Amino acid sequence: MEKRVTFKGWLLPMCLLMPQIIITAVFFFYPAGQAIYQSLFIPDPFGLSMQWVGLGNFEYLLGDSYYRASFVTTAVFSILVTVTSMGFALYLAVLADRLIKGSGIYRTLLIWPYAVAPAVAGVLWLFMFNTRVGVVSWYLGLLGYDWNHVLNEAEAMGLVVVASSWGRVSYNFLFFLAGLQAIPKSVIEAAAIDGARFWTRFRTIVFPLLSPTTFFLLVVNIVYAFFETFGVIHTITSGGPQQATTILVYKVFSDGFVSQDLGSSAAQSVILLVIVGALTIVQFKFIERRVHY
Amino acid sequence: MATIKLDNIKKSFGKTDVIHGVDIDIEDGEFIVIVGPSGCGKSTLLRMVAGLETVTSGEILIDGVQVNGVEPMDRDIAMVFQNYALYPHMSVEENMAYGLKIAKTPKAEITERVAEAARMLQLEPYLKRKPRELSGGQRQRVAMGRAIVRKPKVFLFDEPLSNLDAKLRVQMRLEIKELQSRLGITALYVTHDQVEAMTLADRMVVMNAGEADQIGAPLEVYSNPQTEFVAGFIGSPATNFLDASTIPNAPASAARIGIRPEHITLAPAGQGRLSGEVIFTEALGAETLVHLRLSGGTETFTIRQDGALPLPAPGDAVAVDWEDDAMMAFSEGGRRV
Repeated sequence: MEKRVTFKGWLLPMCLLMPQIIITAVFFFYPAGQAIYQSLFIPDPFGLSMQWVGLGNFEYLLGDSYYRASFVTTAVFSILVTVTSMGFALYLAVLADRLIKGSGIYRTLLIWPYAVAPAVAGVLWLFMFNTRVGVVSWYLGLLGYDWNHVLNEAEAMGLVVVASSWGRVSYNFLFFLAGLQAIPKSVIEAAAIDGARFWTRFRTIVFPLLSPTTFFLLVVNIVYAFFETFGVIHTITSGGPQQATTILVYKVFSDGFVSQDLGSSAAQSVILLVIVGALTIVQFKFIERRVHY
Repeated sequence: MATIKLDNIKKSFGKTDVIHGVDIDIEDGEFIVIVGPSGCGKSTLLRMVAGLETVTSGEILIDGVQVNGVEPMDRDIAMVFQNYALYPHMSVEENMAYGLKIAKTPKAEITERVAEAARMLQLEPYLKRKPRELSGGQRQRVAMGRAIVRKPKVFLFDEPLSNLDAKLRVQMRLEIKELQSRLGITALYVTHDQVEAMTLADRMVVMNAGEADQIGAPLEVYSNPQTEFVAGFIGSPATNFLDASTIPNAPASAARIGIRPEHITLAPAGQGRLSGEVIFTEALGAETLVHLRLSGGTETFTIRQDGALPLPAPGDAVAVDWEDDAMMAFSEGGRRV
């Protein structure tokens, strides 16, 4: 049984809880409340007055083809980021799990990219793929491929996906490696004796036993791709070309802070709030019954 | 069904030698138990036969064919692990069928073989359950079932009973023995429990620090141990060892003398071969263990006597006696002389 501490009065527990409650209230509840409030108004261009429009901002957004396109962009982007970073991480984790010598070095090096801030990672990749001085685009040019993510929408998407996935591989790698190491060695050996070769073992034993880890990472990575890739997109493409990389979060920023349409921006925030809430519910619901087997 | 031959098997992990040349000839259908203390290399030896560890030098032959470089899956063996190693995401049925499915056995035959194994092991009510819904004993049976359905040439057991409670262990021990003799499949069984070794083995291999000290039928090993280690390891309570110099009329070539507790009798003080003082007694009902400290020594000395005999009290001065042929003489190096 878990041991519970019981307090006699309410003063001490309140004092102990206060710091967390204040931080949550100031930095989360208050801005979220503001966003919901503002989403119901249209402010004038100078910010001096606001006009009540009810759900007008939402109505306008749902009828806006640019906004709907941004949904598709976000879906494509997050699926690509999730699949790329998880697939690559799983591959590396399987290899690292088989290593006996020098695995510590590999692990350390593989974890480093996670420590790089998204904006910095974005700049690194931007330099490498810069259409004029980038080393990768230069080599691509030698191969006869004219790389230009500033004009080509698919290339722009590819670049932000790679830059966003790169640091994420480290994070996913850690979880996959831990998951792989939690599988008892004797189970793998039993499968080997039962006649399963490496790929069969992976498909029928290892991957199913990894499913709780995989599911957890799936949700976490989608949330990451939705919300935390702002820095990468801002530094590399600023949402372009032609809004090809404007994901929902980036649109909140560009509509609100660049175009000064605060009402619409607030409404978009509220929609994102609902999405992240739904994702969190899904995560909790399934992670609660973590054991799928 | 198969013969197994281990020919001068050696194993090193890096610079550490763990097995120093083991030779064992196993006949078709024989039940061989490898017994020894932790770290003696017994599990490593078994894993080499399974193909889960490489052989540093020497040869392993199954049915006369050298299998050193053969993958585990191609050796036609089945193994039962200490922690059972069941596939946690598969039902009992799927666990047992896994190997057959991979071997592309026809569906009807898989069903039939799994049903037969389930009947043999009384697992029929649990076929749809997952391993986590089973008790330790049931999981053990599933692990056995998974081995049986494949009809392998050789069964390998790696301490399969050590995670079970005492009562279940005795029951499963009997079942394993019964099953093996019914199926007639050659079995290699590793354990640190000498009772399991004595009761299961047709022949047992006593391992000590990477060497097979003695190979033989259990009773022969018990009554005629070839090394001091075997004499001390097999038998409970353990054999008493004394310096030959402290014993009147010990064999001249002997450095140490071993005497089994049941071969020693208590005698009134002043008589017998040696004298000592009773430290404490353990009355177990059918038998009594008397622990002594011999005069002029610090080691304890154990006597096992009939439970009906009178019980000495701690502090009593007593003497001990034995027949001449109860003495097992060992050389300085621990070999029997």
